[in-house]
Amino acid sequence: MPQFVRLKEKSRPRVTITVDGATVEALEGDTLLTALLTNGRRVRESEFGDGARAGFCVIGACQDCWVWMDGGERTRACTTYIAEGMTIFTHNPEWPWTTPA
Amino acid sequence: MAMDDPRVVVVGAGPAGVRAAEALVKHGLRPLVIDEAPLSGGQIYRRPPPGFRRTTKELYGFEAAKAEAIHRTFDGLTDVIDYRPRTLAWNVQDRVLYTACDDVVTPVSFDALLLATGATDRVLPFPGWTLPGVYTMGGSQVALKHQGCAVGRRMVFLGSTPLLYLVAYQYARAGAEVAAVLDTAPFSAKVRAVPKLLSNTSMFVKGLYTMAALHRLGVAIEHGVRPVAVEGDDAVAGLRYRRRGEGEVRIDCDAVAFGFGLRPESQLADLADCDFRFDPVFHQWLPQCADDGRAGEGIYLAGDGARIGGADAAEVSGELAALSLIEDLGGGPGDKARSVELSRRLSSLVRFQAGLAGAFPWPADMARSLPDNAIVCRCERVTAGEVRQAVQRPLGGGCEINRAKAFSRIGMGRCQGRFCGLSSAEISAAAQDRDISSVGRLRGAGPVKPIKLATVLDE
Repeated sequence: MPQFVRLKEKSRPRVTITVDGATVEALEGDTLLTALLTNGRRVRESEFGDGARAGFCVIGACQDCWVWMDGGERTRACTTYIAEGMTIFTHNPEWPWTTPA
Repeated sequence: MAMDDPRVVVVGAGPAGVRAAEALVKHGLRPLVIDEAPLSGGQIYRRPPPGFRRTTKELYGFEAAKAEAIHRTFDGLTDVIDYRPRTLAWNVQDRVLYTACDDVVTPVSFDALLLATGATDRVLPFPGWTLPGVYTMGGSQVALKHQGCAVGRRMVFLGSTPLLYLVAYQYARAGAEVAAVLDTAPFSAKVRAVPKLLSNTSMFVKGLYTMAALHRLGVAIEHGVRPVAVEGDDAVAGLRYRRRGEGEVRIDCDAVAFGFGLRPESQLADLADCDFRFDPVFHQWLPQCADDGRAGEGIYLAGDGARIGGADAAEVSGELAALSLIEDLGGGPGDKARSVELSRRLSSLVRFQAGLAGAFPWPADMARSLPDNAIVCRCERVTAGEVRQAVQRPLGGGCEINRAKAFSRIGMGRCQGRFCGLSSAEISAAAQDRDISSVGRLRGAGPVKPIKLATVLDE
């Protein structure tokens, strides 16, 4: 079951993006946060081993929805709009953080 | 500070920034308006992305006419101002504002800086608040307004803020299932606040209408509750809470939206050396400015970024601050009659806000009674126990919050203490048996939001 539920504005054109290698369908005008959470319940993992996070403030202030673009660049899911063919990763592709045991 | 071609910068294009820009243009200036969003309107009058079809009435309800007026006004200004959307103002130093857009840094030197930076939700942690499915009250509203989405299938709204009822109503109207509205304030707080709330009859009536409409829609409303914990392994599955004088109750839900009013986005005011004081009515540190917006040499504050007042007060204070700025620039006496009228309106709106602060009080006891293992700082995963330990170190003279930050990393994360600053101060104060105003506030530091190191180095 996804986290976000579309209640309005449902007849927009479909857009396909790739998340962690899997194809995900979303709608034109969606933010990455909306695209991720209408397809699931997580956006990223906490660096401190306390589980998944799925955004929090939704307005670009808490920085708890960071994902990584194809080139390794980091972006905030709640303030980034999707585009056809966009490829993102929800785990840092280059520098996995280690949690001390 | 008379000059021929003054460089005037406005930060923010919400109701305060738009009215400020309008007044500056009216007096022959061409301000630079910097806004982080791609479209003007701020958070309250945020515009949907292209291709969305809802009417302004559907989007903004009671406030549709005001939203339209703000949008129309700003659209009429874009040719006569220097408008830079999608641009972050991230530092102020030596009369220079540093901005970043698409990874390019542009320093902007200014003669006058008007900060209309708005606000974010003021939050208090409770166990489980970092689980997927827990959102700020304002965030849950933005998801619906800006994306047409509910943040969950079965919602619980929790907290102490006028938005509690408004957002729950908007969700219910949009077809979401609202399992409960849980107000942490006792109903008596609202009754006591009525005299002050009557200073703005139309807002008061809208509030009552919203509460009545929720009743009519069959939404359960409870007063005087305390959250115990969000339940769920990987995401929200329910909420446990305590009723006044009763035991625990559990409610099934897959999302919790919560908030305890707003806090100003005052980081740039801090970096511009504005004075801050603890305001006992709003129970937080606020940048100091005169009622006319003057906050220091060439620095002006307006809207919720200065003092939480709501959108109407933001419009008034934006224009008022702009008129003060114009007068200080030496362009004549400004518009004295207009300033007097705006000041009068503003003081009435501020009185109403003081009433709201009483009707929706901050439940400080939640911070004091937070279990040691609960996360306070979600960026760095610092727990309440770690904050308490940090302030117990034998240092003498008590531990102020920036020292606790050095020991515990509280407030050191990516959100810069926006969401843990006040609660960690509350926890620190309680652990030392002191008043919250005596433990200080987290100092601001640039960049006010994360930007790439390469962006800064290129500059």
